[in-house]
Amino acid sequence: MVAIRIEGLHKRFGEVQALDGLGLAVEPGSVFGFLGPNGAGKTTTIRILAGLARADTGQAWIDGLEVAADRRRIAGRIGYLPQDPAFYPWMTAREFVDHVGRVFGLPAQERLARTDELLHLVGLAEVADRRVGGFSGGMGQRLGIAQALVNRPPVLLLDEPVSGLDPAGRKELLQLIERLRGECTVFMSTHILADVERVCDTVAIIDRGRLLAEAPQQELLGRYAVPAFEVEVENGLAEHLAAWAETIRSHSWVALVSLDRATARVVVNDVEIARRELLASAVAAGLVLDRYELVRPSLEDVFLRLVEGGGLV
Amino acid sequence: MRIFWVALRKELIEQWRSYRLVVVGAVLLVFGFASPLLAKYGPEVIRLALPEGEEILKLIPSPTAADAVAQYLKNISQFGILLAVLMTMGSVAQEKDKGTAALMLVKPMPRGVFLAAKMVALGLTFAIGIFLAGAACYYYTMLIFEALSLPAWLALNGLLLLFILVYVALTLLCSTVSRSQVVSGALAFGFLVVLSVLGAVPRLGETMPGRLTTWAGGLIAGNGSSAWPALAVSVGLIFGALLVAWLILERQEL
Repeated sequence: MVAIRIEGLHKRFGEVQALDGLGLAVEPGSVFGFLGPNGAGKTTTIRILAGLARADTGQAWIDGLEVAADRRRIAGRIGYLPQDPAFYPWMTAREFVDHVGRVFGLPAQERLARTDELLHLVGLAEVADRRVGGFSGGMGQRLGIAQALVNRPPVLLLDEPVSGLDPAGRKELLQLIERLRGECTVFMSTHILADVERVCDTVAIIDRGRLLAEAPQQELLGRYAVPAFEVEVENGLAEHLAAWAETIRSHSWVALVSLDRATARVVVNDVEIARRELLASAVAAGLVLDRYELVRPSLEDVFLRLVEGGGLV
Repeated sequence: MRIFWVALRKELIEQWRSYRLVVVGAVLLVFGFASPLLAKYGPEVIRLALPEGEEILKLIPSPTAADAVAQYLKNISQFGILLAVLMTMGSVAQEKDKGTAALMLVKPMPRGVFLAAKMVALGLTFAIGIFLAGAACYYYTMLIFEALSLPAWLALNGLLLLFILVYVALTLLCSTVSRSQVVSGALAFGFLVVLSVLGAVPRLGETMPGRLTTWAGGLIAGNGSSAWPALAVSVGLIFGALLVAWLILERQEL
């Protein structure tokens, strides 16, 4: 049984079609990266899964339970972190996590232990008795993670979990998410591709409410990543580089050339021809190279290719 | 039932820490002990403040305990309604706006329980406020005028509390409908105006919540008639408002 299944979700807000027949399946125990540009429908999807919004048509299941019909049973099986978590400002961090423990019906002893454990886990132990009203955005995000884990949920829904965190906090949170792999299913929306590359084993890319691709990360890279070379020259030779870039665009084995100051990224259709021709062409053009390499395909390449190209599964 | 106590516990702590209980208690307490003082010394103030005060004073009958009760009813009902709207208008709207409602209602917290706990906590806040006001007014009236009938006094305060709870429930409904506490406050004042207008309509007015304060005043004087239809309508309005609020919240996207 899959942990999360979505079939044909449609959701419209006035003139905006937020979800347009979205469907996907998430394997239990995986860390699932839900990627998409701003306005792609990520938050709407998560809110529907959490039972906070209703789809116009289509269905979603968590742990085999239909989201719209079994909202109350599902509530006990999920942990949810919204994009901008809000808390009662008059409560302390400890009181808030304890309150959530009470809502889930944890016995007193277990609740106290779980509260301490979670506050320690997210790095808020030292400020546990400080009122939440004075917390920074990053501290709020950590508290949001803690409250989402209180009930040891089989499914964890995280909407942009690392937004608002400093680099150290982001690293810690990603390590925490990695540790959850196998223990629970993590469904995590984000637009930070590096984070997805680091922790997610499976990735779905959506745009304008439609699924563009869904596969294990390596498979996705293999399927969609395009071979690319990077050519870097000294800063003073950027103009020469740009002129050379124009000349190679017309070759049939060149798919795309992009420039970033003194670096040209050349996406190619045929790696073998490119290996023979590209370097020779650069040398013939009189470029003095600082760097020339066949770069590892990244999720960003896949993402941009799919989103900008409007690719489909 | 367990989850209701969890929700109520949170609401009661919030009433305390957000100073709502203190504000309601303090305001009603002030008017509780000020009412008999105003009844007693109001004419005296007129005499001292106006050039023809002595002449005017001759036209005013000597103040009695009934005047203290009338002052009390007028003050507590007016300020009670004002406090009911002010203390309730943000209770749901603000939670929806800030996102705490969404964070809590994805957990096993039924939306009806979420609302019921708020209503009970606000009811307890106003019950404490009226208890303090009632005790202060009773004591000062006894000192300045005479002791009032305790059972009648308790019944009067019970009716007064019920009257205020009508506006708490209606404002809670407005707060559920809206995401803005200003809008919910405006809607609640709309209800206040409508009920006041209906209360002035002959025959129909006899069944409106405002009739409860008239009944309450008559309990002490021993000359008033009961207003059971108004009591039934008030209870109906409270439960009706809560029911509608619950049905709306159940369907709302957070």
